[in-house]
Amino acid sequence: MATERIERVANNRGEDSVRGRAEVALIGCNHTSAPVELRERVAFTPEQALKAANELRQSGIIEEALVVSTCNRSELYGVSGESNESLPRALMSYFGDFHKIGLHELDGRVYQHVGRHAVRHLFRVASGLDSMLLGEAEILGQVRDAYNRALGNGSTGPVLNRLFQGALEVGKRVRSETEIGARPMSVAFAGVKLAERIFGDLKNRRAVIVGAGAVAEQVVEHLRLRGIGELRVVNRSFARAQELALRMGGVVAEWSALEKSLEQPDIIVTSVSGNEPVVTRAMLERAMPARAGRAVCVIDLGVPRNVEPQAEGIYNAYLFNIDHLGGIVEQNRKARESEIPRADAIVDEHVEKFLAWQTSLEGAGLVEALRARLNAERESLLTAHVGAKGAGAAAVEREQLERVTRELIERIVQLPEKRLREQRKLRRPVEGLAALRELFGLNDKGNEGEQ
Amino acid sequence: MTNWLDVLALCLYVASFAFYVLNLYHERVWSGRVATLLLIAGLVAHYYALLERSRIIHAIPYDDLYGSMSLFAWLLALTYLGLELFHRKRAVGSLVVPFVIFWLVVAMEVAPSSQPHAPAANGALFALHITIGILAYAAFAISFLLSLIYLIQNRILRRGRPGLAFWRFPALEVLERMSRSSVWIGLVALIVGTSLGFVWEHRLTGHFAIADPKVLFTLLVLAVYAIYLAIVRAPAWRGARAALVCACNFVIVLFSYTVVNLYFTNFHRFF
Repeated sequence: MATERIERVANNRGEDSVRGRAEVALIGCNHTSAPVELRERVAFTPEQALKAANELRQSGIIEEALVVSTCNRSELYGVSGESNESLPRALMSYFGDFHKIGLHELDGRVYQHVGRHAVRHLFRVASGLDSMLLGEAEILGQVRDAYNRALGNGSTGPVLNRLFQGALEVGKRVRSETEIGARPMSVAFAGVKLAERIFGDLKNRRAVIVGAGAVAEQVVEHLRLRGIGELRVVNRSFARAQELALRMGGVVAEWSALEKSLEQPDIIVTSVSGNEPVVTRAMLERAMPARAGRAVCVIDLGVPRNVEPQAEGIYNAYLFNIDHLGGIVEQNRKARESEIPRADAIVDEHVEKFLAWQTSLEGAGLVEALRARLNAERESLLTAHVGAKGAGAAAVEREQLERVTRELIERIVQLPEKRLREQRKLRRPVEGLAALRELFGLNDKGNEGEQ
Repeated sequence: MTNWLDVLALCLYVASFAFYVLNLYHERVWSGRVATLLLIAGLVAHYYALLERSRIIHAIPYDDLYGSMSLFAWLLALTYLGLELFHRKRAVGSLVVPFVIFWLVVAMEVAPSSQPHAPAANGALFALHITIGILAYAAFAISFLLSLIYLIQNRILRRGRPGLAFWRFPALEVLERMSRSSVWIGLVALIVGTSLGFVWEHRLTGHFAIADPKVLFTLLVLAVYAIYLAIVRAPAWRGARAALVCACNFVIVLFSYTVVNLYFTNFHRFF
C-alpha cells in the first residue's frame, strides 16, 4: 500500500514537472572518511533529519532534500531545480552550520558527489557495498525508513522519489542475485549458523549462555531471532545474568549450578573472562548420559578458551572455538568480496536507467519550454500584425490565424515529443538536450518570464 | 531397447539435476520448484517408457537387464520425490538425481539391445513382489546416500572449515530423519514384497523355499536395517555411528541385489 502511494506520488510529480537539468548532489561522511568522534557529532536524529530537509528547501538552496543517517554514515541528498555547480558547497556549509562544526573540521572528512557519482554512491550504499560489514542487510531498511519519513514530510520530489525507489530496487536485486549478503560475517552469527547445521530449525531448542558479555549478547540476539525455545543465562554476577535474561526473555541459573545446566541444552555458548576453562571435558562427559546422547553444540567465544580443548573428542559434542568461527568469518568475507563485481554490475545498470529517466524528464521539460516559447512568439506576431482581440471581421481573422498557427506549433513539437516519449519508454539517454536549450534560448530566464 | 521416452526422461532428469545444483548454490525458490517439476516430468516420461515396455511383454519389465535397471532408476527417483515432499528439503536432490541419471545411462549403455521378453514367472502377485522388492532397494540406496552426506557433513563440522555447499545441505538431524524415513520405506516394502513372494510361491508349489540364498540374504537385510532403526535413537549410537551402520548395511543390499541374484540363487536369477 505504502509502495503504491510512493510510486503514485512520484509518478504524478514526475509527469507534471517541467524542469531543466536537475542534478542530484550529496555530501556526507561515513566510517571510511571520518573517525567515530566526528560521525557522532554529525549524526541526525529522525526529527533533525526532517528539520534539516525542510530548512534546506525553505532557504531555496534545493527543491528536494533527504537525510540518511545511520551509526556509520550521515548523508544529505539534495536536488536543485536548475544546474547549480555551487550546490555541494552550499550543502556543505549548511551541514557545518547545522551541527555547529567549522568547515575546517569537515575538510577532507566529508565527501561530495554530484550527478552520476551521487546516484552510484546511493545505489552502492543501499546494496551494502559501502557498509563497514560488506553486504549487511540493515542498511537497506535504514535507507527505506529515511525515504519514507522524507516522503511523508513532503521534502522529496520526483527526482529523489525516483532515486530512492531505484536504490531500494537495486538493494533488493543485489541481495537476491548475488551472494553478497549470504553467509555469516560475525563470530556470533557464525556460531549460531553452525548450530543450525547440526539441528536445523532452532525453534523449541534449549540454549545456555555462560557469561553475559557483549559477544554472548550478540549470540543471544541471533538465537532469539531464530525462535529459540528456552534460554538460560549463567554468570558469575547473578545481577548481570538477571539483566540479560530479563532483556532477552530468558531464565537465570546460579553459577554454582553450571554443571547441572549442561545436562539439558542443545546449544552451550560460553563467553567469560578468566585463565582457566569453566567447562571441562569431565563436566560434559558427565552431562551426556543425562542428555541421552543427544548432540550438543558448544560455542566457545572466550579468549583464553572457556571450554577444555579435550572436550572436542566427546561423541556427539561439537565444539567450536573463536579460531574456528574466525576462520569461517574470514572465508565468508572473501566469498562476499568476490561478489563485488557482480553487485557493481547491477548497480551500474540501474545508474544508467536512472540517468536515462532523468534525461527524459529533462526532455519533456524541453518540449514544454519550446512549445511555450513558440506560443509566446506567435502571440506577439499576431498582436503586431492583426492587432489585439476585438470584434467584427478582424476578430474572425485573428481567430482563424490563431487556430492555424496553434496547429502549426503543435505539428512542429509533435515529432520531438513522440521521439522523446519513445526514448523514455526504452529508458535510453537522449543526447544533445543542453545544445537544443542553448540554440532555442530556453535557458534564458527572460524568455521564461514571457510565457 | 531404448525408446524416445527413455531419452526424454533422461533429458528431463539431467535438466532437473542442473536446477537442483543451481538451487544448491543460489537457493532461489523458483529454481528449486523448477527442479522438482522437471523431476516429476521425468518420472512421468519414464513411467510411460516402462509402460510401453510392459505392453510388449504383458508384465512389469524386471526380467531383462535393461528393464530391471530402468525400473530401479524410476523407483529411486520416485522414493526421493516422496522424501523431498515429506521433509521439504531439496538440497539432497543434487546428489540423488545423478544416481538416477547414472543408472539410466548405464542401462542404455550396458544393455542397449536388451529386448524385452516375457518373464517365466508371471501374474499380478509376482509382479508386485518384484516391484515392491526393487522399491525397497531404491529406498535403501537413498538412505545410503543420506548417511554418506551425514558422515561427510559431520566431518566438515568437526574440522570447522565448511565450504559453500556445506551451508546449503540439510542439517545433521534433518539428514538423520530423512535417512530414517527412507529406511522405514525400504523395510516395510521389503517385508511386504517378501511376504508376497512367499504367498506366490506357496500357491505355485505348496511350500516355502526358505533355504534359497536370496531369501536368506533378504532376511539378513531385514535384520540389519531393523538393528539400525533400533540403535539410531540409542545414546551411544545416535549420530555418526548410526549413519555409518546405515551406510555399511547397503553393502549387504548391493551384494544381495547383484552377486546373489547373478550367481547364488536358484530362482531369483532374472537377467
